[in-house]
Formats: sequence, C-alpha cells, structure tokens
Amino acid sequence: MRAFLILLRRELALAWGNGGGPLLALAFYACVVTLLPLAAGRAPERLASLAPGIAWLALALAALLSLERLFERDFEDGALDLLALGPAPLEAVAVAKCLAHWLAAGAPLALAAPVAALALGAPSSIIPLLIPCALAGGLAFSFLGGLGASLALGSKRGGLLVAVIVLPLYVPPVIFGAGALDALAGGLPWTGGLFLLLAYSAAAVALGPIAMAAACRNALD
Amino acid sequence: MLRAIRIKDLSLVRGERRLFSGLDLEISAGDAVALTGRNGAGKTSLLRAVAGLLRPAQGTVGFEGEAGPLEAEVARADALHLVGHHDGLKSTRSAWDELLFQTLWTGGTEASARAAATKLDLDRLLGLEIRRLSAGQRRRVALARLLASPRALWLLDEPMAPLDAGHREGFGGLMAQHLAGGGMVLAAVHDPLPVPCRVVEIGG
Repeated sequence: MRAFLILLRRELALAWGNGGGPLLALAFYACVVTLLPLAAGRAPERLASLAPGIAWLALALAALLSLERLFERDFEDGALDLLALGPAPLEAVAVAKCLAHWLAAGAPLALAAPVAALALGAPSSIIPLLIPCALAGGLAFSFLGGLGASLALGSKRGGLLVAVIVLPLYVPPVIFGAGALDALAGGLPWTGGLFLLLAYSAAAVALGPIAMAAACRNALD
Repeated sequence: MLRAIRIKDLSLVRGERRLFSGLDLEISAGDAVALTGRNGAGKTSLLRAVAGLLRPAQGTVGFEGEAGPLEAEVARADALHLVGHHDGLKSTRSAWDELLFQTLWTGGTEASARAAATKLDLDRLLGLEIRRLSAGQRRRVALARLLASPRALWLLDEPMAPLDAGHREGFGGLMAQHLAGGGMVLAAVHDPLPVPCRVVEIGG
C-alpha cells in the first residue's frame, strides 16, 4: 500500500507537472464542445437536444487525448523496468497510473462537463446526473484507455493505434451514459443506463489492470 | 537476505536469433562477475533475464537465501537492483524528485537518499531538472538508488560508460564496499571493473 501511494504521488506529479496535463485536456474539451455546434448549425432547439450527447462524447475524446503516453514514456526511458521490479506487482502499477490519470484529467473534465452542457443549452435538470455519469464514465475511459496504451507499447504511430483499440471499447459507456441523460431529459426512467454505466466502469477497473500488466510484461520481454 | 544466484543451463533467444545456450553461472555473496562479449552477444539480455524481465528459452535462474531457496518473485522484488543503459529518469523532474521516488519505490528512506546523493557527489545537482544534467551526472543519479536502498544483487549494464575518471574510481570504491558487505555484482562491461572480479565471456 505504501508503495502504491508513492507511485500514485509520482504519477500525479508527472500528470500535473508536464505542461499542465489537465489544463490541456480541459482546453481540448472546450474546443470540441465549441466546434461541434458550429458544424451542427446554430438552431438552439436542435443544439439543446444534442447537448448532453455532445458533452458526453467530447468527454471520451478528451480522456483519450492524454492517454497515449501513459506507459510509453516509462517504457522509452527505462522507468518501466524499475516499476516492474518494485515492491508492487505490475497490476498495482497499472491501477496507480490509471487512477492518477483519472484524478488529473477525468475528474476535472467531469466537473467541466455540466458547464459545457449548460452552455449548449441542455436542460439544467440533467446536471445532477451528468456529474456522477461523467465521474464513473471517466473512470472507465481511463482504465480502458490505459489498456489501449499498454497494448500499443513500443509501436510507432502509437497514438492512432491507441485510438483504434480504445474507441470501440468506449462504445458501451458512451451509449449507457448518453442514454441515461437523454432519458432523464425526456422524462423517462433513467436509472437503468446509470447502473449499466457503473457496472461497466467497475468491470473496467477490475479487469483492465490484469490485461495492462500482461501487455507491459510482453512489451518488456 | 539473498546469498547466491544459480544460473543453470540458460538459453536466450531474441526473435529468431539464439544469443547463447547452456550458460551456467554461480554468484555467491561477495562475488563480482564481469560479463564481456562483442556487441549484441546477449549481455544486456542476460541481465534482464536474471531480473525476470525476459523469459529464458531454456534453463533457470535460482535465488538462494540464508535459509535455502527463495521464491524468484520475492527475491526480484526486494533483493536486486537493475541499472540499465536507460536511466529511467524523467527529463522534466528535478534530480531530487527522481532520486527520492526511486529510493522510496525500492524500499529506502528520504534520509538514505540524502546520504546516497552525498556519496555520489550529487548534492549540488539535486535541484536541477534531469534534462539539464550531462550523461554522466544522470547516470550518477540513477546509480544513487543502489546505495539509497540496500539490496544484495546489483545488475549493472555498462554502469561506468558515461562517468569521468574520478567518479569511476569513486564508484569502484562504493562497489568494493558493497561486495565487502556480502553483496553481489553482475555487470555487463567493455572496460574492466575497478574491483577484483571473475570475467565471463558471453557468446564466445
């Protein structure tokens, strides 16, 4: 546990320190949320119906942006050897890295999501649901993204590869989250979507690290 | 405490190429072994196989403690250091942040990190970012964790290549102390090690 906290602190410092990782993700998020309405036309009622979906999809993309280098940096400079030989198993290393990514990028994005949704004209009634959805979904985005990042280790053009591996895995949380938000906005039962999203996030957190550790071992071999 | 390493009938294959086969090597407390051989002979791969990062094609690496054989996973997690030719340091962090993380991660304390920095003549460099350091200074930061968190087996890959003459001598003295205290050193080198050692040629 002590080792886990030491590593988590380092990962957070790396995420916050290196050119303001969370700020970059937030800026990207703001750009996407601004661009989509420009493309979709400016009729307010159409925008309002798209707003929860846009806020949600942009969240997935912004999470992906900062994930590519999650393992690659440590792999290139040899730090992954050190992490693999430490007191904690590689599975715990993967958890620490993904958790740090979520704390540094996912959580700030989850707090920005309601602002974006309101700015696009979404009904304010969805805000209490949007924050927990974005927090839980962000957790799934971080852990699945880490899986993609570890599988792409050592390949050239890693960024594109990560996106191609990860985006299909982002489909279920995007559907569940956007579905729940849509249902709430339309006055329909919405708990099912939220529970499915929570279940999917829990599965990603539980199973992702096992796969990430295996992928890292494979890359080191 | 790790007392001996027994490498038996080890074969390593990288891709299609067999690096070496049938390697037997025993290292016991107080021994230093220098691995020599041409470039690409498999010295680095042997170190990584001992560290458990590479799966051998054949053969075993056994670890022995005072009370008999140790489980390899346990021995690797708390009884060996691997310092490779990549230093594992983040270029944007300060030397002290990186040294402290590496020390704590491998089981040392803040005080031991300070002491190690002093022994390796790093005191004036600790506040600098890693990218401002020269190759030799970076290597000394990486080597500092060997002293900061004492572990019995040092796996070193060209440890002294970037060091200047003075620091080579200094590090030689630290290696001798480690050996005198019952430590072990397995180092891939092209220049002779500055301590009495056995020379094993790989892929000869």
